[in-house]
Amino acid sequence: MIQTANIDWNKVSAIIDDYRENHEALLMIMQDISDMYNYVPPEVIPVLCERLGVKESLVYSVATFYKTISLEPRGKFIVSVCTGTACHVRGAEKLTDALEQQLDIEQGQTSADGLFTLEGVRCIGCCASGPVITVNKDTHGGLDRSKALNIVESYRQQASR
Amino acid sequence: MAKFMDRETLDRFRKRLKEETAPGKKRVVSLCSGTGCGAYGTSEVYNALSAELQQQGLADDVEIRLTGCHGFCEKGPIMVIHPEGVFYPQVKADTVPEIVGQTLKNNEVAEKLLYKDPSTKKRIIFEHDIPFYKRQKRLIFGNNGLIDPANIDHYIAVGGYQALEKALFEMKPGEIIDEVKTSGLRGRGGGGFPTGIKWATCAKHHGDRYIICNADEGDPGAYMDRSLLEGNPHCVVEGMIIAAVAIGSSEGYVYVRHEYPLAVSNLEIALEKAREYGLLGQNILGTDFDFDIHISRGGGAFVCGESTALMASLEGRPGRPRAKYVHTVEKGFRESPTNLNNVETYANVPLIIANGADWYSSIGTQYSKGTKIFSLVGKVVNTGLVEVPMGATLREIVFDIGGGIPKNKKFKAVQTGGPSGGCIPEQFMDLAVDFDELSKVGSIMGSGGMIVMDQDTCMVDVARYFVDFLKDESCGQCNPCREGLKQMLNILTRICNGEGREGDIELLEELGVMIQKFSLCGLGTSAPNPVLTTILYFRNEYEEHIREKKCGAGVCKPLFHYEIDQEQCNGCHVCFRKCPQDAVSGEKKEPHAIDQDKCIKCGICYEGCKFNAVVIR
Repeated sequence: MIQTANIDWNKVSAIIDDYRENHEALLMIMQDISDMYNYVPPEVIPVLCERLGVKESLVYSVATFYKTISLEPRGKFIVSVCTGTACHVRGAEKLTDALEQQLDIEQGQTSADGLFTLEGVRCIGCCASGPVITVNKDTHGGLDRSKALNIVESYRQQASR
Repeated sequence: MAKFMDRETLDRFRKRLKEETAPGKKRVVSLCSGTGCGAYGTSEVYNALSAELQQQGLADDVEIRLTGCHGFCEKGPIMVIHPEGVFYPQVKADTVPEIVGQTLKNNEVAEKLLYKDPSTKKRIIFEHDIPFYKRQKRLIFGNNGLIDPANIDHYIAVGGYQALEKALFEMKPGEIIDEVKTSGLRGRGGGGFPTGIKWATCAKHHGDRYIICNADEGDPGAYMDRSLLEGNPHCVVEGMIIAAVAIGSSEGYVYVRHEYPLAVSNLEIALEKAREYGLLGQNILGTDFDFDIHISRGGGAFVCGESTALMASLEGRPGRPRAKYVHTVEKGFRESPTNLNNVETYANVPLIIANGADWYSSIGTQYSKGTKIFSLVGKVVNTGLVEVPMGATLREIVFDIGGGIPKNKKFKAVQTGGPSGGCIPEQFMDLAVDFDELSKVGSIMGSGGMIVMDQDTCMVDVARYFVDFLKDESCGQCNPCREGLKQMLNILTRICNGEGREGDIELLEELGVMIQKFSLCGLGTSAPNPVLTTILYFRNEYEEHIREKKCGAGVCKPLFHYEIDQEQCNGCHVCFRKCPQDAVSGEKKEPHAIDQDKCIKCGICYEGCKFNAVVIR
């Protein structure tokens, strides 16, 4: 099951303080919150509105406009297959196919055990090592189908330890 | 470290650093820790190297320098031993002891670990002798391999911040702008607008002027800005400060992608150090000039590379472009005059100021001056970042530097300019690459992505890929872009699925011209380029898809299948073992066959066959 987050309000507050309640930093504040929970829990939105002095509609429009922000809970590991041109011509789609099959989900979904969310990411600038995937902040390059599957398995093992 | 309050102290400090780091003083092992090499395992190599140096008693004599990207990413992790310049590619933790023992201890080379030139099969010892590097002119990118981006002293030791001194103490703001104008520098982000003219226009308008650096590198297949920010952030910072002096600004921003965490953290360190040294902040180098730079992280929206969208995003709003009746140099960020340049453009500025406009304009072609960094990727032997003078031909870049196409496959096209660019076929390989020549053949320079495509690349699929990308990235404000791209994608998807109809090509052309003419911003007006150029140069592939329902490159799954050529197959059994679906049958040393019902067209047998027995039909 995908867990919704138990929000640490002190930390959220500290993040907003870091940006000195600057409303122009709304996106970065949400990115930092997202780094903690892998998504932006909608419960924080009223707090953002109050502290930054912005309307709820703006928070939602920013959250839905930018791809790095999700308002839905995501898995513990976010597996992003780079879909940049260089990776595309080197067969990124085959990695996506293989991972979809292995995790039994489609791109954009989270696996039933809540461990993995599979996403496509536009070019991460690792083009020479393509095809590339990232798992959270780690980059893995020079992949083929079986290497990609092994990497995902290694994270599964890491989680069960 | 105390702030430098005048020019002389900084000069003296630089001189001391130069003496300390003069060749011969200390061995330096530079180890690439850019994102590319990192993905191949630099950190394990680093750990093995420090342990081995300890063990062999060399820890005090050898400095390990974790540098930014060296450019030859294909061969990562890369290690170069200075001052000699001995080059070791694809270093692994278990080959480290040999390198330390042979090269660092005994001053010999570890022959077997050296780079092997794939065409001559000869081993090459020195970095500068390797064909990939030899034919480049690395004015901007060269320092990446020498400096630790987290150490400002390394940048100062190679002459860093000297140009800023000249701009602050020897030149008037107008003179700086004139110098940039005369140099002929044009914007490296894609548009190719003359930088000096932009600066001059911005300086003319009154208000709190802003200096912004566009590091929202969004073109899929281009990563030179990431590598510059990761590997040599100070050259960009210095360029921005000089722009601020010239234009008269006290506040700057770098808008950088959130997906580039290493670039963000190296830039943060660089800004912190520059403040500590008195190169940013109040009273820079003891003058009355104040300027500081902040970082803003973008959120993964391609359209934010467009100037007005970027500024909307900086203001904390969704990044939607506006019509440019009033240009951003007059009213941009916070409704104030704003100068926006790309990362690489700013990186050129210190060179121009330090060496003069005449020197700079002697490099390149008549209307495109200086060098350009290209990211040479896709189906090419030497993938990586390549810096060449403007005017180098496509053939020199792809074949001489890039080493041609791997696995003896046939070259088909090179795609330049990202999703706004075009695909250039073989007949234009001798084209001298600069802003104007590329647009003559229907493509653009863009930010410098160069994606090589071979016989296994389907041009209809490439067009579909780009339109799919752009449809997702369209901000949705204007009809032609939002609806037009969706319709184009529908048609292209139909063609790729084998449901193409007569008249589809003409319809795509008509839609393309409409979107080009009536879209609001640069994303829309350039979006049809990949479709229109592939139709122009590869119309036969479209016709093959539509009329014969065939994809000769073997990409569009419904339009081909794999077969085993009974004449060529010697029954080596490789495909039999590798097939994930157990679709291959056959005894060893007998020709094999593929069960089409089981085959998922994953291509593993095709890639794995050494005898070209698996064929696309």
